[in-house]
Amino acid sequence: MGQIKLNQVSKSFGDVEVIPPLDLTIEDGEFTVFVGPSGCGKSTLLRLIAGLEDITSGHIDIDGTDATHVPPAKRGLAMVFQSYALYPHMSVRKNIAFPMKMAGVPAEEQQRRIEAAAKALNLTDYLDRRPGQLSGGQRQRVAIGRAIVREPSAFLFDEPLSNLDAALRVGMRLEISELHKRLATTMIYVTHDQVEAMTMADKIVVLRAGYIEQVGTPLELYYKPRNEFVAGFIGSPKMNLIKGPEAEARGAPTIGIRPEHFDVSTTEGAWEGTIGVAEHLGSDTFLHIHGVAGCDPMTVRVDGELSVKHGDRIFLTPQADKLHRFDAQGLRVE
Amino acid sequence: MARAVTRQRKIVNTALAWGIGFLIFFPILWTILTSFKTEAQAIADPPIFLGFNWTLANYEAVLERSNYGRFLWNSIIIAGGSTVLGILIAVPAAWSMAFVPGKRTKDILLWMLSTKMLPAVGVLYPIYLLCIQFGVLDSKIALVIILMLINLPIIVWMLYTYFREIPGEILEAARMDGASLREEVLYVLTPMAIPGIASTLLLNFILAWNEAFWTLNLTAAKAAPLTAFIASYSSPEGLFYAKLSAASTMAIAPILILGWFSQKQLVSGLTFGAVK
Repeated sequence: MGQIKLNQVSKSFGDVEVIPPLDLTIEDGEFTVFVGPSGCGKSTLLRLIAGLEDITSGHIDIDGTDATHVPPAKRGLAMVFQSYALYPHMSVRKNIAFPMKMAGVPAEEQQRRIEAAAKALNLTDYLDRRPGQLSGGQRQRVAIGRAIVREPSAFLFDEPLSNLDAALRVGMRLEISELHKRLATTMIYVTHDQVEAMTMADKIVVLRAGYIEQVGTPLELYYKPRNEFVAGFIGSPKMNLIKGPEAEARGAPTIGIRPEHFDVSTTEGAWEGTIGVAEHLGSDTFLHIHGVAGCDPMTVRVDGELSVKHGDRIFLTPQADKLHRFDAQGLRVE
Repeated sequence: MARAVTRQRKIVNTALAWGIGFLIFFPILWTILTSFKTEAQAIADPPIFLGFNWTLANYEAVLERSNYGRFLWNSIIIAGGSTVLGILIAVPAAWSMAFVPGKRTKDILLWMLSTKMLPAVGVLYPIYLLCIQFGVLDSKIALVIILMLINLPIIVWMLYTYFREIPGEILEAARMDGASLREEVLYVLTPMAIPGIASTLLLNFILAWNEAFWTLNLTAAKAAPLTAFIASYSSPEGLFYAKLSAASTMAIAPILILGWFSQKQLVSGLTFGAVK
């Protein structure tokens, strides 16, 4: 239970159309990530699904019933906000109990679910504290706990990790992924971080300026980006996009090659360039190379350590079967 | 670098602050002192500051002549009633202005405030006639409603300022958690705004307590509050300064004590949003 279907849903603020009519189906139990640069409409889309914003046209079906005019409280969805949005005047216990109190869940059942959620989220020792006395990561756990206990048909996450520091973010990312595996409930997750999208999603929806650029599994997006925008947005470091004679020689106005798809040599290769910056991580070496094929700098990833430094000459050969070709409109050509 | 404050400067500043404070408080102090003098000492020239025979005669006289308890009761009902009624109306109003503002919300707020600039006497006649029409002249209910209406713009403004400081996401979270609008206001917004609502209550209570124009003009005997009690001791000839002072002291004492204990709330309420 938790299929969400958007039919020709659009949203305008005054005269500004932030989301042109779009169709999208989120299957029951799926972990869907909305990803895109800031201002692409991903949060707005989530808020439309939540019911916190009214849609301008179209309709939204949740579990097969039209929920377009159903208030957020009655949609059976739970949301985790970027700012956590905990109730500062209530203890952790009361925060988690709040949705159950609203739903009229019997006190004993409330107690049972609070204990279970607190145990799962490592909050047992903090149940009687106020949100103000917790760290960022703990607050986020409380927000998730508050969402879990109402047993919603889908979870909505609005950039839930962006207020956390990098180390904590990786940990919470795993916790949320595990939570999804355990509950098998539909989750919609908004982020601008393509790493979060790639690592967590069953299905990624890439948005730009309110338009859906592509929908697919992480690897579909990685191997077959539908256009230059998706190609540049998915994958880290970014795909190198090359225009001009080198591209035309390979049969398209623009070609794309991911940093990890080069054969690198210090003696011979198709293209020759000079190293601007070499980043040695031990596990990988990232090279930023100048003077190659009209793409400056060209980013290259080499497995393991490669002893080169700034100013060294380097030769690159793109792996022919890993090339992406785009036409003059930026669309993928097979 | 913090600004260096020399010891000397600190002494001067402190003395100055106390001096200004004393100046502001002086009329009240003088009223209280005068209430313990005899009528002759009260009008003595040059005025006597402390060297007089302290007497409670004025209080005895005032209590004997007037029913202080009844005036006090009327004041409490009128100030309290108008405040509570005002808050009940202002909370939803401020909620909608703060969280679902429309294109004209700012204009409405300013327009509401502009009604405070209308001289009250301008509408005295129509309101007086309305009171007669509805048979509520010299009744507490009329004053409760009128004082509520004239203070409502201030209550809405104060609550609006408070509510604006509450992050909208928390209210949205409540909505997602299944709270109806009523539950959202009751369980989330109001508890979070308690300090704001408390200082609004206090300030409005004081304003209503001190209100003298409508309370004097629309009451006679039955509903007269403490303002009327004071007024009944002022005479054009100014012969009863000491008794007038005693009556004034008794009228302001409750609110003075209330103000003393709630200073912190009041100051934070009035400067809310201005200083963090």
